Parts: sequence; C-alpha cells; structure tokens
Amino acid sequence: MSRKRCVAMLLAGGQGTRLGKLTTRLAKPAVPFGGKYRIIDFTLSNCSNSGIDTVGVLTQYQPYILNSYIGIGSSWDLDRKNGGVSVLPPYMGQKGGEWYRGTANAIYQNMYYIRQYDPEYVLVISGDHIYKMDYSEMLDYHEQHDADATIGVLEVPWNEASRFGIMNTDDEDRIVEFQEKPAEPKTNLASMGIYIFNWKALEKYLTEDEQNPDSSNDFGKDIIPAMIEDEKNVFAYSFNGYWKDVGTLQSLWEANMDLLDDDPALILNDPAWKIYSVNPNQPPQYIAPQAKVTRSLVNEGCVVYGDVYRSVLFYGVHVGLGSTIRNSIIMPNVKIGANVTIENAIVESGTVVEDGMTLGSSDGSISLIADGEIVSVPK
Amino acid sequence: MKKVVGVINLVDEKNTLSELTNHRSFASVPFAGRYRLIDFSLSNLTNAGVNTVAVFTREKYRSLFDHLGSGREWDLDRHQGGLFFQPPADEERRSTGDIQSFYENLSFFKRSLSHYVVVTNGQLVWNVDFDQIIEEHEAENADITVVYKPCDDPYTSGSHYNVLYTNDDERVDRLNLGVEPLPGDNVFLNTFLMKSSLLISLVEESIENGKHESINEAIAANLDRYHVHAHHFGGYVTFIDSIESYYRYSMEMLDPNVTQELFYNTGPIYTKVKHESPAKYLESSSVSNSLIANGCTISGTVENSILFRGIRVGKGAVIRNSIIMQKCEIGEGAVIENVILDKDVSVSPNESVTSEDQPRVIAKSTVI
Repeated sequence: MSRKRCVAMLLAGGQGTRLGKLTTRLAKPAVPFGGKYRIIDFTLSNCSNSGIDTVGVLTQYQPYILNSYIGIGSSWDLDRKNGGVSVLPPYMGQKGGEWYRGTANAIYQNMYYIRQYDPEYVLVISGDHIYKMDYSEMLDYHEQHDADATIGVLEVPWNEASRFGIMNTDDEDRIVEFQEKPAEPKTNLASMGIYIFNWKALEKYLTEDEQNPDSSNDFGKDIIPAMIEDEKNVFAYSFNGYWKDVGTLQSLWEANMDLLDDDPALILNDPAWKIYSVNPNQPPQYIAPQAKVTRSLVNEGCVVYGDVYRSVLFYGVHVGLGSTIRNSIIMPNVKIGANVTIENAIVESGTVVEDGMTLGSSDGSISLIADGEIVSVPK
Repeated sequence: MKKVVGVINLVDEKNTLSELTNHRSFASVPFAGRYRLIDFSLSNLTNAGVNTVAVFTREKYRSLFDHLGSGREWDLDRHQGGLFFQPPADEERRSTGDIQSFYENLSFFKRSLSHYVVVTNGQLVWNVDFDQIIEEHEAENADITVVYKPCDDPYTSGSHYNVLYTNDDERVDRLNLGVEPLPGDNVFLNTFLMKSSLLISLVEESIENGKHESINEAIAANLDRYHVHAHHFGGYVTFIDSIESYYRYSMEMLDPNVTQELFYNTGPIYTKVKHESPAKYLESSSVSNSLIANGCTISGTVENSILFRGIRVGKGAVIRNSIIMQKCEIGEGAVIENVILDKDVSVSPNESVTSEDQPRVIAKSTVI
C-alpha cells in the first residue's frame, strides 16, 4: 500500500434506538433521508468531495443493508485501486474476538487497517449526521495549528447545550476543557463528533486507553479528556453550516422538512458538492392531471394522482387518486391507495396503505408507520 | 447457456431529427426525461445476460461515447467481455454500407467464442426479452431470426423502412429494403439473431464477392438458402423518423400504461447516473400530466410536458405540451408551448417560445 496523508474512519455501527422501528432491520446510518439518500451518503460524499479516498467504515449493528449499499464504494467514487472504501466489522482472531465496546475501541481494533497506509492523520467521523463539510479545510487548520487533535465544533442554542459534549476554549481556540453533557455549560460550542488526530498520537492514546480497565473506550469521554489532561495541542475547528443529528424521529422529520424551504440551509443539488447515493434505476416521476404537488421533494419512480403538500417522497412511491399527503416523509416503494389521508407521519419503506385510510394526526405529534404498527411521538 | 454477443449497429442511422441529430447520433438523442435512445436496446441486451456488446458507429459519436463510458451502468465493465466501442477502423473501405463495419470487426466475432450474435440498433424504444427470441429461434430450428412489428403508426414517413413478408410458418419469403410502410405492413426492426459462424461467413462472402453493401441486403438475398424465421414482437415499440414522430412518441410516455410496460414489466432500463437531488416543487408550483426528472426545481406551471434532469422553472412561467431537455433554465413569467428545447437552452424572464401546431425545436445552448 502506498502512503496516504489522511485515512478516514467512519463510525457506522450505531443502532439508533430512538428511531424506533425504523432501525429494526438496518443501522442508523442506513436510514433513508431526503427523498433519495441514506444518512451515511452525506459523510461518504463529504469524504469523496474533500479528496479523502481511503475510508474504513466500522459496522456492527444490523450490517447487511449497509454493507450491500456501500458495496465497493463506486457510487461515491470510492472504488480505488489504492485505498477506497473498506467495511470493517468486528472479527475473530486467534485469541478470540469481541464486539466493538465503544467508539475508541472500534478504531483500536482496526489499527492494523490504518497502519497499512502509514498516514500522517486520521479523520474520525460518524455516519449519523447530516451536513456538508470540506474536511480538507479542517485538515489544513489542523496542520497550521500544529495540533495533535482537532475537533469540529458548532455553536448550538444555549438552552440545548447541555445535550452535547461542550468545549471550553481559550482565545486561540485551544480546548482547555471538555464537558460531556454538562448541567451548566460554560460555552455553547458543541462537539460534532468530527475529529482529526495525528496518527502517532492517536495510536498511543488508543493503546493506553485499551489498557485502562475503567475506561469506557469512547472518544468524547476518554480519549479527548486524556489528551487535554496531558496538555496536548487540542484545537476547536468552528463550523458554520447546516449540521443535524437525526437521532430521533422528531429530528429526522425536522431535517427532512428543512429541505423544503425556498432557500434551504442544506443545498442538495450543488454541482460542486454533490451528494452521491446508490441509484435505484427508475423512470422519471409521473404527476397525473388530477394531482397537486407543492413544497415537496419527489424522487424518480413516483406516480402521483393525489395531493402532496410539504412532504418528501422517496423513489417508487405511488399516491392514489383523492389521497392527501401533508407534512410527511414517505420512504421508498410505499404504495398509497385512493382517498387516503396521511399527515405528520413517517411511513417506512414498502408499506402498503389501503384505500380510505387516515394515518397520522394534526394534534402536534409525529406518527411512525412501520411494520404495520403506528407509534406517535410529540413533535 | 450458449454464449451470445450483442451488436448495436448505428452505422446506417439516418439523421432525420434535424437540430436534435445535427451534433449527436440518433442513438444518443435524449428520450423520456432521463434516457438516451440507445439505453433501451442496450439494457435489453444486458437484461438477457448478454455481457459482450459492440457498438458500431460511423460518425457523431462524441456524445454517445460520453454517455456510455466504461459501460458500468449497464453492468458492462467486465474482464470477460464488456462494452466494445467500434468507430470506423483506419482501413481500406471495401464497402460503403454497414457490411464494412462487420468486416472490420470479424476478429471481434471470432475472438468472442460466442455461439450467437444478436444485432439490433439504437433508435427503438422498447423492452424486448431476447432470451425468449433465442428460445424461439432454437425451437424453430432457424438459421436466422428477424424481429418485426406490424406497423400500427399511420404517420411513418420516408422510404428507409424494411418490410418483410412471411409464409404461413412465419418463415420470411421476401424482405423489401428501403420502402415506406403502410399500416399493417410487417416492419423489420433491424434486429436479428444468427449463429456467429453464419454471420462471419455471410460478411466474408459479401465483401469478397462485392455483392452486398449492407447486412440487411445479405439477409434479403439469402432467403432461399437459409431458414429465416420471423419473430413477431408484440410489445410497445416506437417508429421515430422525424421531429413530429419524436414528439408524438415522447408524449406517449405520459401514459402510465406505456411506462409500466417499458420500465417495469420486463427488465429495468439503465442509463448514465447524474446524482441529481430529487425534484423540488415550491409553493407556487402547479404540475399536471407531466414526466419530471430529478434535479428539477419548479416554481411555475407545467402541463402535458416532459422535463429532463436539472431544469429550473421560474415563478409564473408556463410550460405546455413541450419537451424540455437537461439543464434548461426557464425564467420567471416565460411561456413555452409546443416546443422541444434541446439541452442547456436558457429562456429569459417573460419571453415566450411557442408554436402553433408543429413542434418547434430550439437548438442546444440557445439563449432566448
């Protein structure tokens, strides 16, 4: 293997418990998003667009759909002779094997993968977030600051700061303190779960962390605090764009609705920063004479006879005559019969909705229709 | 399974689509919102398990080459077989017709070690099951199977069609080349199947005797010598030979029964992927009876029209009975009616581009 400047390690093993039945059969990074994508498309496309061509994807929970989706990475131009995408599941060795115990342990168990590229830097990211970011700029920042570690940070509303890992920085953006979900946050700079490490430093800290039986083997809780404790050069890199953790049904619904603004904060069709995804190979969408489609995203393969307002329709969705879809997310290949009303709902892939049904409500809750069941959560 | 190679023969294409074929081959004319005409025959071949396909071309193949690339979208990026793009070789011309291309590529047929060759073209919009034709060919013990469709289009024009006549056993006893078909005539779809060894000997013989200029002539002249079986294609197929028929067949794509048959009932139709976002409909959009591709952003009105990928329709703009190709910009308040806009056309706000009856074509990259 020839040497790489930077290798990305993409954490994609999360279950996404708070997404309920959406993640019964697939990991959170594989959850459909934005009418066409899966959540992981954003980080894989970011890597590709940032010129990072070596990406290890760490999988664990329900990996099949994710594995087959990633394939050899050709959709993201990550099918490379040297580097490219590699799916890294937990494995057995001569002395047994184990599941990934935490984010740091997952990377620790795959240090052999990183070593073969002998990189200067390792980028650690998570496949759970929706954002567009040029990692090469963060890498430049990391080099310019002669940092050992750089953490992507984002200003969050003060009243939400206690839900995040919060960074306290000095005047030069050096991180002097890291608080995981503090009751009384001192700043509103939240960690985005994006880290760049000097590989030699990371290797040392991962190895030491592994030897500490009390560690939870987590980047936020263990590795970063240890580096700050040792007064290593740990810097905060501020990001001003759109970033969303779509870990709950509410946030997933909101992030989809954000795309429907006239000038959305997250632009999906920027030719200079395409979001790549696996193509479902469907003909263009057909909008029938009786249909009315406004403020919505609709993907290929859809056939619409009814009314669609402020909704996101993935590929292969059929909406029958006289049906109304409002404020909803309809995932791939959902067949909606005639005279159906769906409101404030997320409908899981492949669901068949019989004629005349009413799903969801306008009482301020979001309903998830999955596996033939309806679960409502407050908006 | 016996090995089959495919040929998409574009050598004798007629450039009858005026502006649309001035700078591109017939086979790469955009169709149905996201496809090029060649996608249909090429996908049909790969759906039948044909993994070695040669594309014979003579001219205007730049956009075709760009479209097909490595053949990856059709699963034709292979170590064994794959896509072979065959522009004219730098050889002495032995024939003015397409026999020359077959002759120049005899080594392709010999090297492929295939049992059968399927030859088709790049201008038919159809979804044909070639496996079924091979089965029928074997069951009939035929030497050559030719595919035809009774002409159901009263508007076909130009005498560049080939019409065949059969006896009661669906055996071809006459093949008239270069005629204008009447409704009901059996139009040869320039698609046929034969053993590779037979094709090689027909081509060698034609060139050596200087007898035939085209492969169709060679078939027509040998109806006594070989058992030429006619396969009646019963599905949907287009006879596109003019702007008028291009427009008319395009509008048939607004019939969900037609698109169901073309895109879902047999195999999928593949095309070059552009990674466009889903189409976005804004508050003021009003779309009816239209085919909309991904990457479009619509604030205006669209009726009875086909929008290709990446089109912007401004507020108050109206598009009726029109075909708008990739990356066109329709400014606010513009009116487009009965026109075909080729790629990258930009219509300024409040301009109007209309035509009374015949569809009018606006050439690629025009600014209005």
